[in-house]
Amino acid sequence: MRWFTIKKTAKLGIKSLWMHKLRSTLTMLGIVFGVCSVVAMLAIGEGASREAQAAIARLGSTNLIIETIKPPQEQADSGKVEVMRNYGLTYADAETIHNTIPNVEVTVPVRELDHEARYLNRQIAIKIVGTIPWYTEISPIRLIRGRFLGSTDLQYGQTVCVIDEQVARELFAFDDPIGTDVRIYGNYYRVIGIVTQAAAVRLAEEPAVGGKSGGVAGNIYIPITTAKYRFSEVNFSFSGGNRSLEKVELQKITVKVRSAEQVLPMRDILDALLARLHKAKKDYHITVPLEMLRHAAATRRIFSIVLGSIAAISLLVGGIGIMNIMLATVSERTREIGIRRALGAQKRDIVIQFLSETLLLTLTGGIIGIVLGSVIPFLVTYFSRQPTVITGVSLILAFGISAAVGITFGLYPAYRAANMDPIESLRHE
Amino acid sequence: MDVVKIEKLCKMYQLGTFQLFALCDIDLIIQEGQYIAVMGPSGSGKSTLLNLLGCLDRPTGGRYWLGGKDVSELDDNQLSLIRGKHIGFIFQSYNLIGQLNVIENIELPMFYQGFSEHDSADHAKKLAEMVGLGDRTKHRPSELSGGQQQRVAIARALANDPTVILADEPTGNLDSQSGDEILSVLDELHRQGKTLIIVTHDDHIGKRAQRIIHLLDGRIDRDEFNHRR
Repeated sequence: MRWFTIKKTAKLGIKSLWMHKLRSTLTMLGIVFGVCSVVAMLAIGEGASREAQAAIARLGSTNLIIETIKPPQEQADSGKVEVMRNYGLTYADAETIHNTIPNVEVTVPVRELDHEARYLNRQIAIKIVGTIPWYTEISPIRLIRGRFLGSTDLQYGQTVCVIDEQVARELFAFDDPIGTDVRIYGNYYRVIGIVTQAAAVRLAEEPAVGGKSGGVAGNIYIPITTAKYRFSEVNFSFSGGNRSLEKVELQKITVKVRSAEQVLPMRDILDALLARLHKAKKDYHITVPLEMLRHAAATRRIFSIVLGSIAAISLLVGGIGIMNIMLATVSERTREIGIRRALGAQKRDIVIQFLSETLLLTLTGGIIGIVLGSVIPFLVTYFSRQPTVITGVSLILAFGISAAVGITFGLYPAYRAANMDPIESLRHE
Repeated sequence: MDVVKIEKLCKMYQLGTFQLFALCDIDLIIQEGQYIAVMGPSGSGKSTLLNLLGCLDRPTGGRYWLGGKDVSELDDNQLSLIRGKHIGFIFQSYNLIGQLNVIENIELPMFYQGFSEHDSADHAKKLAEMVGLGDRTKHRPSELSGGQQQRVAIARALANDPTVILADEPTGNLDSQSGDEILSVLDELHRQGKTLIIVTHDDHIGKRAQRIIHLLDGRIDRDEFNHRR
């Protein structure tokens, strides 16, 4: 088809759509809302899934995280007061994992305690993370200044600490923290480094062990040996007049393997090993970030299907609306079709004429829909802080869909128009 | 040269078991430049003949050569092309397209013939001037009188320089003065050598034509040359 023909056909289409402004606008609205919802939903869905994936990826895709969980209370003898509940991961567990399982790159035990840190007259709630120098390999924290814990610190149980930037800000304000001493639980710890904040990732199954990270300003990392010697492993608590004693050695052991393929077999190995070591007492839980990533992908797929079907239905409704109007237009313009046929228009010309009108309608609707649909995610992000991502693919997809709707629902009316008998149409009033 | 040649042309409608012959065994030869009036009472087959001559319809029997080409068994697409190239239609109710202005209406046959934009606009302008509407080119049909609209229709019929111009009661919707004006335009076309076939009830037009074909019950009743002219 030549350029002039296209131009002329488009001009004619615009003209006849312009003649029925209200009708065209109302018809277009169906497509506008359909495309708008496609773009907006894809943006919101994409934003949510990227956020989830980023959060999980921060846990490390080659990591396996073993956590202590509180086993269910045995209520066998209600009269008997259990002196001390002893559960959870132990130093021995970490040792055994490290010494017996091949392919383990690093094993990082972590002991977490909630405490207060003081500097001068300031005091804030913090989380003490007792760990080993290799912690940096399994965690996304980065060193900002100074150094992280070293092997000498570990070996001698030095009272040194590395604080994260949030703690540095809240506790030291404008002072330089490096080289100063922070007082925690009666001891002074020399600050040797500042690291970035490890964004709190909520694991779905994360149980409350020794207090949640809620309400603490940030983390202070100390050698695990120091944590062992300076802080009691016995957690003493009163609740409702009951006194309870708990002894937990480690809150977490993170195991890092060399490649992603080894992650799932490693989970089974760890599970078998720990089941034997803990004599089938379920006081630990193994989290696999890789698996969570896969779960997230699956969830995202379902999410996309649901959103996609809703958008598809609204587009379908819009499309049917367009078809309805185009059929009405065709029968209204029967005589015009007859005239055109008499003057030499082939069936093809008539199809092109009506199809181009439908396409004009849907593509214009599509463009308006894309514009509106791109504004909505910004509003969502602005008002609900839910991240949204508009991808180029989704815009192309939305535009393609509106074109497809135009062709699908425009074809039948155009076909009807083309197949009218010219003599009959000329007689039509 | 024989512009139109028809042999044993039939148009039959099957109504259940009953066969209705709208036209039967029509033989007709029309030479280039002839001015012909087709007359006859209602139901005599005038419109059917016009539709067949105009390639809007296909005969059920017989042969039809238009400008030397057999068009009796062409398919819909080829008929469309023939209509666009060789036939100029003038209708009783003008049949202009309301959304288009005078020039655009005249351009329409050229558009389907694939004329370039420039050529067709030029040609349409000349035609509009020829029918005396040079100053109304941007008007819509609804802004014109009946006579003016019919003149636009005539200009449109001339746009692709057709082999035959077919007019169906061209003055039927007009008052006598406008009707006379239209007829004098048609006379002028005849003088220029166009082949004109006009279907009419009106003896007035019959008197202007060279040749009058009287139809009755789907057959040619009389075919007379008008010597009173």
